[in-house]
Amino acid sequence: MECVFGLVGNDFAVVAADTSAVHSILVHKSNEDKIMILDSHKLIAASGESGDRVQFTEYIQKNVALYQFRNGIPLTTAAAANFTRGELATALRKNPYFVNILLAGYDKETGPSLYYIDYIATLHKVDKGAFGYGSYFSLAMMDRHYHSGMTVEEAIELVDKCIVEIRSRLVVAPPNFVIKIVDKEGAREYAWRESVKDAAVASA
Amino acid sequence: MSIFEYNGSALVAMVGKNCFAIASDRRLGVQLQTIATDFQRISKIHDRLFLGLSGLATDAQTLYQRLVFRHKLYQLREERDMKPETFANLVSAILYEKRFGPYFCQPVIAGLGDEDKPFICTMDSIGAKELAKDFVVAGTASESLYGACESMFKQDMEPEDLFETVSQALLSSVDRDCLSGWGGHVYVVTPTEVKERILKGRMD
Repeated sequence: MECVFGLVGNDFAVVAADTSAVHSILVHKSNEDKIMILDSHKLIAASGESGDRVQFTEYIQKNVALYQFRNGIPLTTAAAANFTRGELATALRKNPYFVNILLAGYDKETGPSLYYIDYIATLHKVDKGAFGYGSYFSLAMMDRHYHSGMTVEEAIELVDKCIVEIRSRLVVAPPNFVIKIVDKEGAREYAWRESVKDAAVASA
Repeated sequence: MSIFEYNGSALVAMVGKNCFAIASDRRLGVQLQTIATDFQRISKIHDRLFLGLSGLATDAQTLYQRLVFRHKLYQLREERDMKPETFANLVSAILYEKRFGPYFCQPVIAGLGDEDKPFICTMDSIGAKELAKDFVVAGTASESLYGACESMFKQDMEPEDLFETVSQALLSSVDRDCLSGWGGHVYVVTPTEVKERILKGRMD
C-alpha cells in the first residue's frame, strides 16, 4: 500500500511519498522518510521491499558521491537515472531488488526532470509518474489537472488533491505523507502532511 | 499473464520500392496501467539500419544497449557500418547466447543493404530468424497486424504509399489490442532520407 508519486513543474520537480513502514498487519512507524536526497540537486523516492529500498538507494547515493569525488563534477540527472537502471538490470537475473524508483533532479542546462524506474529496470523519462495502489488515484488526478509549466503553488495544490484522493479512496490508506522538491536552489524537504502522529514515548 | 505481454507493444516493418518503413505504437504500460504514451520502441543503429524491439521493455533497453555497443565496436574495427544481414545475425547470436534464460524480446530489423535493396526480418526471443520479402510484425498486436498487412500490402509501393499503408495497418491493428496503441511512430527510409512521423490514433 505504499504510495509514491511525482511531477515536473515550471523549473522544479516535486515528489511525494507516504511515510508508513509496514510489516504484514503491523505499522512499525508512520514517519519513515522514503525520499532520499541523492545529492545537492537530486531526489530519489523509492517504494517496495523495505530492506532493498534502503540498501539500494544508499548504494546509489554513495556511488553518485564517488563519481563526484573522482571527477570533480556531479552526475546529471539522466546519467544518475541510467546508472540506477543499470544496477537494477544487472541484479535482475541474479538477485533482484524489489524497489520502484522515481528519480527527480534539476540540471542547470536542461532544467527539471523526472525518471520512472520500475523494479525490473524499465527506465522512462516522464512528466508525471506514480507507483503502488495509490497510483490509480494519483495518476488519474494528475492526468486531469496537470499541465506543463505549473508553478510551485499549483503543483503543491495538485499533490494535495492526490493525497486527499488516496486518503479517502484507498482501503488501507497511509495516513502521513512527505513532500520534497528540487529546483535550482537544490533538493529539500518541502512539507509533511500528517493526519496521525506517532504516540510520544513515555518517560521512564 | 505472459511476460511478453507485461508492457505491451506493436511493431511492423514493410518493404517498398527501394525503401522500407518501420512503425511502432507508443504505449508503455505495466499490465493494465498505462505509464507513458511517448515510449520509443524503434532505434537507429545507423542511417540505413533500424531496430525495433517489442516485448519486455527492460530487456528491450538492455538488448538495445548491448547491440549499439557491439555495432560501435564493429564500426571502429571495420571502419564502416554493418550490413543489415550481418546485424540480424549478430542479434540472433546474442539472443541465442541466453537460450536458457532469454531476453523476453522480439526484435524487428529493417535496413537498406547492398545496392539499396531493402531488408527486413524478425526473430523470436531465442534468435530464430524469419526473413520476409514483404512485411514482418511483432508484439502483442501481432495477430491483428498479420491480417491487416496481408490484406493491405502491395508490391513495390512508393515511399508515400508505403507510409499510408503501414500507418493504416498499424492503427487498425492496435485498436483491437488493449495493451498497445496511444499513437504511432513511423520511419520511412529511402536511400537519400529518413522521414520520421508521429501518428495520432485512438488515444486509448
